[in-house]
Amino acid sequence: MTWFDSPAQAADRLTKAGYLADAATATTAFLAGALEKPLLLEGPAGVGKTELAKAVARATGAGLVRLQCYEGLDEARALYEWNYKKQLLRIQAQTGASDGVDWDQTHDDIFTEEFLLTRPLLTAIRRDEPTVLLIDEVDKTDIEVEGLLLEVLSDFQVTIPELGTVAATRRPYVVLTSNASRELSEAVKRRCLYLHLDYPDAQREREILQAQVPDLDDKIAEQLVATVGRLRELELKKAPSIAESVDWARTLIALEIRDLDEKAIAETLGAVLKHNSDQARAIKELRLVSTTSTTGRRK
Amino acid sequence: MTSGLLDRHLSFIEALRGAGLSVSLAEDLDSVAALGAVGWGEREHVRDVLAATLVKKQAQRTTFDALFDVYFPALVGDGVRAGSTAEGGDEAAESADAPGVRDNAAALQAFRDQLAEALESNDQQRLRQLAAQMVGTFGAMPGRGPGLSSWSAYTALQRVAPQELIDRIVAGLLGEAGDEARETEVRRLANRRVGAFTTMVEDDARRRIAEEKGPDHVADVAIRPSIDKLAFTAARRTDLDEMRRQIFPLARRLATRLTKEHHAHRRGALDFRRTVRASIATGGVPLTTHHRPKRPHRTDLVVLCDVSGSVANFAQFTLLFVFALREVFQSMRAFTFIDHVHEVTEHLQPGSDPVEVLEKLAAASSHAALWGRTNYGRAFAKFEEQHLDALGPKTTLLILGDARSNYSDLEDATLRRLAGAVRRSYWLNPEPESSWGAGDSAARTYREIVSMVECRNLTQLQEFVHDLAL
Repeated sequence: MTWFDSPAQAADRLTKAGYLADAATATTAFLAGALEKPLLLEGPAGVGKTELAKAVARATGAGLVRLQCYEGLDEARALYEWNYKKQLLRIQAQTGASDGVDWDQTHDDIFTEEFLLTRPLLTAIRRDEPTVLLIDEVDKTDIEVEGLLLEVLSDFQVTIPELGTVAATRRPYVVLTSNASRELSEAVKRRCLYLHLDYPDAQREREILQAQVPDLDDKIAEQLVATVGRLRELELKKAPSIAESVDWARTLIALEIRDLDEKAIAETLGAVLKHNSDQARAIKELRLVSTTSTTGRRK
Repeated sequence: MTSGLLDRHLSFIEALRGAGLSVSLAEDLDSVAALGAVGWGEREHVRDVLAATLVKKQAQRTTFDALFDVYFPALVGDGVRAGSTAEGGDEAAESADAPGVRDNAAALQAFRDQLAEALESNDQQRLRQLAAQMVGTFGAMPGRGPGLSSWSAYTALQRVAPQELIDRIVAGLLGEAGDEARETEVRRLANRRVGAFTTMVEDDARRRIAEEKGPDHVADVAIRPSIDKLAFTAARRTDLDEMRRQIFPLARRLATRLTKEHHAHRRGALDFRRTVRASIATGGVPLTTHHRPKRPHRTDLVVLCDVSGSVANFAQFTLLFVFALREVFQSMRAFTFIDHVHEVTEHLQPGSDPVEVLEKLAAASSHAALWGRTNYGRAFAKFEEQHLDALGPKTTLLILGDARSNYSDLEDATLRRLAGAVRRSYWLNPEPESSWGAGDSAARTYREIVSMVECRNLTQLQEFVHDLAL
């Protein structure tokens, strides 16, 4: 199966799936399918890295298998594990029933499919249906796990000593996301296509807002995008991302604010800026009413 | 792929490698396969495809874009000038024979009017045309000797001086709205547009030179290193702003990395009781072992930094960077000096705004000078006299500066005493190691007392702080 026919078609189908992709994103998403190479997405938090993987799954009707990475993730959680409790039970049951069974028989029995617990990576490889494999926040793992990923990412196969090598019947569409909190190793990067997702331009951000929050009227969407754009220019600890813009839009709707004037911005600033010093800076730079942060807290 | 295209592609890859991007053969092959899948039809597609397959670090993207424009230019020669306007077309045809003719005061005035208009409306297409026109008309340097570039963005920018148009643009933009309160905002907008236009002009000059001399020449000469490899001492104003923006993300990344490594080293001695307790669940077989946590050791940091003109940028960055990582250290005290010592710890409060911190530090630097000539010896002596209580057996002393002491008394005995009073001491020097000890640099003398580390760019700074905090 081909995932997308052309970059234009990729953009089109992603839009239908609710993800507004720019040209670079669409081209790279198409390439990842055409070359059957994993796609490494980097960028600040909240710009839609994980969402892109989900959108690809929705757009192509594929199943999504997700591996959430965290510190201390190991082979047993990522790849596969033998269900040793069940194996123990099996051995005990056998010795209890009859004591004439030889060890070889038992050994062959307990290393079979029945006792194998498949984890996301193996699941994705063994699936017969089209699959999108999302390896989320890959920078959170330890370096050793990257070594584990190499075999999966380049050959789409997993070697289980007791069972042999399991190769993918159908190559999954692999998406890795990273917040770049750590440099990934060259070996992993070399095997992937790379795309840096950044904050969108004003036009696209407005489209995203209108797609995500349909109740938002045009005027307020425009004001909101302009304000967020200005906030991103300030030197903040955490610049607001798309996720925060969407949150803000929802906040404004919930509070039934029809016009985003200085007072309204000051009152709802907490939805976009999550650091106290950032809020103080924004108030100073945007010349908002300076009492806001205190009144906001008292409410 | 025709052979010409292949050659160009290969020399492009070569140039990327020359600029410090590690492009492997596998990635090269990928890029060609990817181009086969997408096709050469559209320039932006080609750029996206090459970026996806060849560039695996966002910091290198600017270098990539600059090189891409040089090797795969959007236009050749004067290209757009002929097609800009009907009137412009005629003149372009004329000037093609004698490029010097059109460069006169009247033409300059007319061009500036056009430019102001285009900047006001922010018409990207038109601005790009104007940038090409500007270099073609005002940046031409005909008749220079062989081996010298015949186009200069610098000359063009000096002649046209788009910076001086800012007031006009602001007035124009405000004229529509007529709102005084928006002035600062509009001014910032105008500044940004002019900045973007300046970049366009520089790009165009590069493109023209590349056309004349071959892209390899430009790649060697005109492409700047990416921001994390750029030397502090060679940074321009805009680079400094960019670097400052990088500091907090960098610090956050480093902090995560440090916590992770602390965790990895945390496994202490076997906790026998907990291991046995856990093994009961698996029939007495200790499948998982438990360990006692290790006590983290944290560093007391005393930073002593030279804030004289020559190294001010470097000192500020390092101070900010260390400050951003405050939570990794047990405590931190900072002193600035030129020929006198001044404590600035109070400005480095946790949670305070980095921009304000920098402003305060800049203001405080006047306290660090008596006569204003850097004098390391005097600074050390004053430090020992006034702030010796800051140092203790657990302290790490960090000195930031280029060790250029204007041939004054070095007081190396004092420094030796200071270094003896602390656990570890380091000296970060923003100059390349090759020039240590040249001229009035006392680096040779001081490095025998304190271990001196070369720290010229953000990458080196990050590596050093990482080792320091671990």
